[in-house]
Amino acid sequence: MKKLFIAAPLALCASVAIADDLQAKVEDMMLKSFKANGIASLDRQKQDAVQKACSSPTQPDADTMKRLEAAELATIQWPSDGNYTGGDWKEGQKIAASGRGLTWTDKTPDNNGGGCYNCHAMDPKEVSEGTIGPSLEGYAKLRGNSEEVVKYTWGKLWNSKAYNACSDMPRNGYGGILTEAQIRHVMAYLFDPASPVNQ
Amino acid sequence: MRKQLKAIAVSVGVALAAPVFAQEELNFDAYREMLADGNPAELYEMEGEELWRTARGPKNATLEQCDLGLGAGVVAGAAAQLPRFFKDTGKVQDLESRLMHCMETLQGIPSEEIVKGKFLQGERGKVAALVAYVVTQSKGEKIAVDLSHPKMKEMYELGERAFYYRTGAMDFSCASCHSQDDKRIRATQLPNITKPEGAAAGWGSWPAYRVSNSQFWTMQHRLWDCFRQQRTAEPIFASDVTIALSVFMAGKGNGAEAQWPGVKR
Repeated sequence: MKKLFIAAPLALCASVAIADDLQAKVEDMMLKSFKANGIASLDRQKQDAVQKACSSPTQPDADTMKRLEAAELATIQWPSDGNYTGGDWKEGQKIAASGRGLTWTDKTPDNNGGGCYNCHAMDPKEVSEGTIGPSLEGYAKLRGNSEEVVKYTWGKLWNSKAYNACSDMPRNGYGGILTEAQIRHVMAYLFDPASPVNQ
Repeated sequence: MRKQLKAIAVSVGVALAAPVFAQEELNFDAYREMLADGNPAELYEMEGEELWRTARGPKNATLEQCDLGLGAGVVAGAAAQLPRFFKDTGKVQDLESRLMHCMETLQGIPSEEIVKGKFLQGERGKVAALVAYVVTQSKGEKIAVDLSHPKMKEMYELGERAFYYRTGAMDFSCASCHSQDDKRIRATQLPNITKPEGAAAGWGSWPAYRVSNSQFWTMQHRLWDCFRQQRTAEPIFASDVTIALSVFMAGKGNGAEAQWPGVKR
């Protein structure tokens, strides 16, 4: 146990040879212990900047976080026609409830679920809801629908890492998990006054 | 009040396969206790015990000379001390990779057949039955994994790094779901594996019989499905990452009582 406490600060210091050696071994292991299967290719085993920076129990320093977040923010695609919330909340509900897609047993990449309920409470009447993310019950009722809130929500759904580089939430738009049309439906589920989320 | 009602409603959901429990927490413990004396995993244990004693494979030999770490043929208490470093292979091996080694050396059954096979089928399915038999001989034993060998130390450290290693289409690592107390995915409770109690809860309750699909799942099988849900590429059976994560969990859970074989939703 003591060893662990010694190892953690060392890992933060890139100039320490032992830590670098271990890091190289982990990267090698995370590639060689896996094989491609269907749509799950070995590219998935290579980390991008955000994944790499957020792979320890401690977050990077504030400057690094800001730099990463700025780069992620630049990837967000805002709706071309300015239509943020005009989707169908009923479609959004289906997307929020489905945790399907992108595993090596899934075939197609364009009808994935958003898996929202895996981690968030949304419809107060839904009993099977995860608790890793904050509750989104009464989302628009509590937050309103100002331009700022609407834009933030779209951005968060598209690329959560733009607002917290080490967020647990997947990058739905940037990562090709959800399409623009699907994100608009989820927006409607969150903002439409008729949506169960706001009852 | 609403939360309480929700908890009861979820319990009713669980009751599709189990009696109703009006509990505040969404848990499965009461159901598990009821099954403790009649765990369907017993059927796999019996099959595994028979496989252990039956002459099979190109060499027509039994596994009774298999050394699981405590000497040739010693099964009692062996699982509680796995994974461990084995001198004869020069490798850290978990129970499944060690059984695979014994099947190859003693019986002549090629490891490749198991590595390239599928869970619940063929020789890999037989490994699972043998696992059920072996872990039952460590029921109630305390997890006692020896981390003193340098290769074990290294595997532990690699396992810890792998635990936090974010990758795949959804940026998940093991830590995304298993590094906080009292969290759930939908109605499923998640052990906090960064703490000894949580690591022991995870390590010490697999392999397990899964009521929802009537299947017996080994730890290799469980880790494989964790990675599937993480949206990584497919982990290779008994590969280093599976052994490293096993050493990390078992090592952190050291000293806690193993509940093998477990019962899971």
